[in-house]
Amino acid sequence: MSTFLTILIGQILVNNYVMCQFFGICPFLGVSKKFDTALGMGLAVTFVITVASFFTWLVQNFLLVPLSLEYLQTLAFILVIAVLVQVVEMALKKLSPTLYQALGVYLPLITTNCVVLAVAINNITDGYNLLESTFSGCCAALGFTLSLLLLAGIRERMELSNMPKWMQGFPGALIMAGMMAIAFMGFGGLI
Amino acid sequence: MADTSKKLTFWGTFMNGLVTENPTFTLMLGMCPTLGVTTAAMNGVSMGLATTFVLVFSNLFISLLRNIIPDKVRIPSYIVIIASFVTMIDLMMQAYLPDLRAVLGTYIQLIVVNCIIFARAESFAAKNPPALSVADGLGMGLGFTISITLLSMVRELFGSGSVFGYTVMPASYQPMAIMNMVPGGFITLGLMMIVINAIKKMAAGRGRREEGLA
Repeated sequence: MSTFLTILIGQILVNNYVMCQFFGICPFLGVSKKFDTALGMGLAVTFVITVASFFTWLVQNFLLVPLSLEYLQTLAFILVIAVLVQVVEMALKKLSPTLYQALGVYLPLITTNCVVLAVAINNITDGYNLLESTFSGCCAALGFTLSLLLLAGIRERMELSNMPKWMQGFPGALIMAGMMAIAFMGFGGLI
Repeated sequence: MADTSKKLTFWGTFMNGLVTENPTFTLMLGMCPTLGVTTAAMNGVSMGLATTFVLVFSNLFISLLRNIIPDKVRIPSYIVIIASFVTMIDLMMQAYLPDLRAVLGTYIQLIVVNCIIFARAESFAAKNPPALSVADGLGMGLGFTISITLLSMVRELFGSGSVFGYTVMPASYQPMAIMNMVPGGFITLGLMMIVINAIKKMAAGRGRREEGLA
């Protein structure tokens, strides 16, 4: 039980993939202009990462290790992720056309969100079992969603404020992200 | 530019990637390695060169296969091609440069999801002949290398008081530890973008004045 608590706090706050490790910066900066799209993106990513952590663990331990093909890890994992994203896309199209419309172009982009692959690889490096891998994937994704939502909220406010012209857009967002990262460093002593 | 025709030249494509559409500062692509590995100038250079290698070869092969790959399965096909080259460079680094591989860590494997490579495959290599695609790969790759080297030099200078491992700051200088951490990366990149936008604006203004005079 304590392992799970450590994973929960570790993945969401202490080792937050975006704020403390620099993964998934592209969607973090690209999709954080509006709170609503950020939320949709966060949920879609959460789903993909959780399921991907489950399947990549199975692929690693039942396919790559028995056949001693560990060097094909990158290739195998990215294929699993690409297939999953495709499946999610097709499922959403049939089941919930509204959500599918809202996410639009961001859905296929999840394949190239490096958080997904980083979590899958780190689960293997950290030696988690199947349950821990899936749980850690879910928590990492929630951490990603949390930082995405925080930045989106701040940027919506920044739109209204009177910023110097040279700070508007990406430079302002980057500096704001830096401040957030300083705040997240405060969680460092939790574990 | 004297050549105003639409025809793409090797040199023009190369310079486009290097300067005009610099992947880091103009297109905002490939941000994760840009921020993740740039605590020391050497890491920036090696990460940039590894990415350039993958970019050139994936562009070349995607361009060669562009008429064979069916449109429907192009994304998985691109991913397989890119991942093969990433695996190659990863294994080569593990064999010949194990220390560097240990520092760069997962980021080498993550070249496969670097959006620069994917974006160039989709928007350039899939539509253009092999020679031009190689030029585009080289230009984009070196543009990326130069940008992240610059960023890592600034971060290393303030974070450790050195450049490429040589101490340049006086002994009394207190290194700013935060530059080596995540916040330092974000803030340095933000400040550098402000500077680069200002330079671009000045260059554009000068261009306009010269046109007016002529």
